[in-house]
Amino acid sequence: MSGGTLLRRDPPRIRFSLYNVSLVLVVLIAIAAIFAPVLAPYDPLGQDILQRLKGPTGAHWLGTDELGRDVLSRILFGLRSSLTISAGAVAVALFFGSILGLLAAYYKGWADRIIMRLMDVLFAFPVMLLAIGVIALLGPGGFPTAIAIAIVYTPIFARLLRAPALVVATSDYVLSARSIGASDLRIIVFHILPNIASVILVQVSLLLSSAILVEASLSFLGLGTQPPVPSLGMMLSEGRNFLFLAPWPAVFSGLAILIVAFALNLFGDALRDGLDPRLK
Amino acid sequence: MTILRRLRGRLIDLLVVITGVSILVFAFIRMIPGDAVAIMLGANAEVTEDRIEALRIRLGLDLPIHEQYWNWLTGVLQGDFGVSIWTGRPVIEEIAGHVWPTLQLTFLALLTAIVLAIPLGILMARIRGRRGEAFVQAGSVIGLTVPPFWLGILMILVLSTLAPSLQLLGYVPFGEDPLGNLQRLFLPAFALSLPILANLARLLRSTLLEAMQQDYIRTARAKGLPTRRIFYKHALRNAIIPFVTSVGIMAGYLLGGAIVVEQVFAIPGLGRLILGAISERNYPLLQASILLVTCTFVLVNFTVDVIYTLIDPRISE
Repeated sequence: MSGGTLLRRDPPRIRFSLYNVSLVLVVLIAIAAIFAPVLAPYDPLGQDILQRLKGPTGAHWLGTDELGRDVLSRILFGLRSSLTISAGAVAVALFFGSILGLLAAYYKGWADRIIMRLMDVLFAFPVMLLAIGVIALLGPGGFPTAIAIAIVYTPIFARLLRAPALVVATSDYVLSARSIGASDLRIIVFHILPNIASVILVQVSLLLSSAILVEASLSFLGLGTQPPVPSLGMMLSEGRNFLFLAPWPAVFSGLAILIVAFALNLFGDALRDGLDPRLK
Repeated sequence: MTILRRLRGRLIDLLVVITGVSILVFAFIRMIPGDAVAIMLGANAEVTEDRIEALRIRLGLDLPIHEQYWNWLTGVLQGDFGVSIWTGRPVIEEIAGHVWPTLQLTFLALLTAIVLAIPLGILMARIRGRRGEAFVQAGSVIGLTVPPFWLGILMILVLSTLAPSLQLLGYVPFGEDPLGNLQRLFLPAFALSLPILANLARLLRSTLLEAMQQDYIRTARAKGLPTRRIFYKHALRNAIIPFVTSVGIMAGYLLGGAIVVEQVFAIPGLGRLILGAISERNYPLLQASILLVTCTFVLVNFTVDVIYTLIDPRISE
């Protein structure tokens, strides 16, 4: 403790540098996922039994798995499928969650009560358990996983949008828009939504980070993406069987999950601090 | 008076949510595409019309839907969750046989997280604005996003190379072998606790920093109290309330995360039971497991909320 100041009032701009790091990581991850077919040195499904369970070499940077498949190529394609599923799920949750949250805030009264109670019920389930329930219903696979994650995240967006939309809906500019005869839809889309866009952006980034982890968990359990499509969680669970012979597939696929979730979470965090006027 | 009204409101919320959850979980078994009964029998060798009809009547699926719900609900309230499709035993017995490892794992993880999060959160608040804050900040996000199952696998890999004699996998009941029990549960509990540890420490940091900006801190400073006393007595006390609330929310994450971590460490808990129920299409078992775990989660949150209402002076006024 130095002198009388326990907590300095003005921190240096370290958030900015973390923001930059996360931004670079997010861009690199996006490039890796989008250009996986170009970047991958091998076919992610191509087997080479003679080269199985090898450590990192010049030919296979991250080694090979139990069927001699190139781990780097599989991670790139796994990243692609994990991100597609997670992004799709968050987009669907955002769409339905926004609609429900905005409707609840705009119409208030019974609509609000019914919608939000429904959201409370969905929100009451532990995330993994609700996802597992949905997958038990739809069967395992990438698409059911996306649906499951979307259902789990819909109440989060509904709650997130309802509160600021309630405030905005009673603000003067919405009142004036209504007084000049703007329709409900127009007010919601052009006046309420843009005012809460920053809140949404932060949440999208944070939820994308946790969606990656949920997707990886489900694939790890064998409920998510099914073989032969590579996915990070499945690579980890397959690699586990050969952990002491060749730890590389398990170690690197898990590291990839961590890096993606880390980058997105840090990005959301930095974005929140940057956008929140109270913290400036 | 307001405190009673608030508690009554929370109780009504609780009943609505639990009713909603029960309807959803009940509907769950009916939403399975195709004929659930045929699917349930499907894994068996012979599917005959007679057998389908017999199982349908046994499950009460020939009644109108609201009667089915009512029968099911009254059964559940009396502790009858139906029988396992395969063993014919009451599912509640199968759940009771698997619940202890999961509860113990969840509890240990929560305890680890709370015990470590308080000093870490204080430390994180204290280094604000100093060199190295960015690293601690980044470190806390790593803690938040590290997949517990990967961490578990890494720990198994490293520890079994360093200390091959250590028994890391499986489960023995605490009553039989307390030391062996804790030795086996230590790693999974730590792996499971890391994300909530990071979460709670970050929360404590930000609420502490927020508390330090409040007027009462300035007053305390103005009357000349030592900084250490201000920090630990005034700021920490106020920052601990949101901390307690989010511990309840963490319970849901823990129960879900335990399913995955149990797989890594070969722990015969609810996770294994639920995954087994999915692959065996043992829907009554799955239904009961989801209902019980979710209701536990809801009740934990309700309890935390009641405690919060009772201890927060701002609400009880």
